[in-house]
Amino acid sequence: MESTIVKSVDYNAYFGENHVVKNVNIEIPRNNVIAVMGPSGCGKTTFLRGINRMHELIPGATARGKIMLNNEDVMEMHPIFVRLKIGMVFQRPNPFPNLSIYDNVIAGYKLNGIKLPKADKDRIVEHSLTRVALWKEVKDSLTKKGSFLSGGQQQRLCIARAVAMEPEVLLFDEPTSALDPISTSTVEELFHELKKNYTLIIVTHNMQQAARVSDKTAFFYMGELVEYDVTKQMFTNPKDTRTQNYITGRFS
Amino acid sequence: MTNHVKYRIGKSAAFKGLTIVLAFACVVPLIFILIYIIQAGITKINWHFLTNLPKPVGETGGGIANALVGSMIIILVASVIAIPFGILCGIYLSENRKSRLAYWSRLCVDILQGVPSIVIGIVAYFWLVKPLGTFSALSGSIALAIMMLPIIIRSTEETLKLLPDSLREAGFALGLPFHRVVLKVILPCGVSGILSGVMLSVARIAGETAPLLFTAFGNPYLSCNILKPMQSLPLLIFNYATSPYNDWHDLAWGASCILLIWVLALNIFTKVMTRKWKVQL
Repeated sequence: MESTIVKSVDYNAYFGENHVVKNVNIEIPRNNVIAVMGPSGCGKTTFLRGINRMHELIPGATARGKIMLNNEDVMEMHPIFVRLKIGMVFQRPNPFPNLSIYDNVIAGYKLNGIKLPKADKDRIVEHSLTRVALWKEVKDSLTKKGSFLSGGQQQRLCIARAVAMEPEVLLFDEPTSALDPISTSTVEELFHELKKNYTLIIVTHNMQQAARVSDKTAFFYMGELVEYDVTKQMFTNPKDTRTQNYITGRFS
Repeated sequence: MTNHVKYRIGKSAAFKGLTIVLAFACVVPLIFILIYIIQAGITKINWHFLTNLPKPVGETGGGIANALVGSMIIILVASVIAIPFGILCGIYLSENRKSRLAYWSRLCVDILQGVPSIVIGIVAYFWLVKPLGTFSALSGSIALAIMMLPIIIRSTEETLKLLPDSLREAGFALGLPFHRVVLKVILPCGVSGILSGVMLSVARIAGETAPLLFTAFGNPYLSCNILKPMQSLPLLIFNYATSPYNDWHDLAWGASCILLIWVLALNIFTKVMTRKWKVQL
C-alpha cells in the first residue's frame, strides 16, 4: 500500500474575484509521477503553484482550503520552509545568469547563506548533476555560466538545482514546452529515474506526454478536478464525458 | 520597374539621408564645444596647476588644487548619501509596481527630476545653511544628493523591471526570503544598469553650480572640513570667469577643461564597465 504524501482538501484559488481553482480534493501517493492535464486556463498551473505557495506571490492572488504535506497543512507552515520541501521547475529554463553551472546547482544553499564544506558542495553538485544526466556533459565546464548551456541542458540544470535541496516533492510546470523533441525525451526519461527518490507532479498540456510519463493523471477543466485515476485507466476508459472529449480531441 | 516603385525608393533614400544629416547636426555643437574648451584650457594644465592654490590678483601662476579636492569631497559625500537611498527606492518601485505608495513616489521622483537646480540650492540654504549658521560643503553635498536621487531611482527601477519574473520565481522556489532574492539574485543581475545610472548621476552633478552657490559657497583655501565652506570646480569657474582679471580667466579655462575631461572620462568608464559587467540573460 503506497502512502499519501500530498493531499489537497477543498482547495480553492483566486485571482482577485476570479475563481480559478474550485474545490479540488486530490491525494498524491509517494514516489509516483502525477500528470496534471487540461486545456489552457483550466487552473492546472495555478493549482500546482498553490502546492508550494508560489501562487500567493502574485498580487491579488488568494487561496482557501488545505494542502497537506505529510499530514501537515502547508498553509500553516512558513512558505520558505514549504518551498524547501517542495521544489519547482518552471516552463522556461531559468538558471541564474550571474552564477556558474556549479553555483547554480548549489544555489539553494549558496543564496540562502548556508555554508557547506567544499567536499560536501562537490558531492552535492556531482550527485545532483548525475541524477539529471547532465554530469558527463558539463563536468569540464562547471565554472562557465549557466546561460552558456543549450535550452534542454539549462532545463536539466534547473532540475538539478531543485534536486540538490533534497526536497520530497518536485513540481514541474510544463517543463518541456520550451524544449525541442530530443531534449524533451531526455527530460521525460529523467522522470522515471527521479521518481525513485521523489514524488513528481507534472503539469502538461501534452496528452501524449501525460500518457508516457505518469502513473496517475488528473484532468482539470474550468477550474475543477474532473477526473483523477491511474493513467492507463484514464486514457483507455475515462469515466467522465468531458475527459473523454478532451482525450479524443473534441476540444482542447 | 514602375515609376511608382522608383518614387518610393527615392523617398526612402531621402528619409534615410535626412536622419543621417540631422544625427550629424547633433554631434557638431558638442564637437565644437569640446575643441574650443580644450584649445583654451589644455595649455593651462600642468602639474603646478593641479597642485597649487589660486594666487591673488596680480601674481601669475596658481592652480585649482582646492577646487579639485573640494569637488571630489563634495561629490563623494553626495554619493554616499544618494546611492543607498536611490537604489533602495528603485528596488521598492520595481518590486511593488502597483502599490499606492509606489505610484506617489514615482510621481514625486519625476517632479523632483524637473525641479531647477537653483531651487534645490535655495531650499538647501533655508533648511541647512541657515539653521546651521554657516555655509558648508555638507549642505552642498545634500543639495547635490537630492539632484542625484531621481536619476539613480529611475535607472534602478527601469533596470530591475527589465529582468524577467522567472528569475525572481527561481529564487522564491528555492525557498529564498524576499531580501535574499533581491540582494543575491535581482541586484547582481542588474548591477551593470544600476551602476551606469549611478555614474551618470555623478557625471550630471559634477558640473552643477547653482545648488553650490548658496551652500558650499566656495573657499579660496584648501579645506577638507565638510562642515565649513569648500571650493569646487564649477564654483571656481563661475567666480573666476566672471572676474575682470585675465589670470583668473586662464584659471577658469583650465578648470573647465579639467571638469570636461572628468565628465568625459566618467562617461567612457561607465560605458566600458556596463558592457563588461552586463549579465547575459
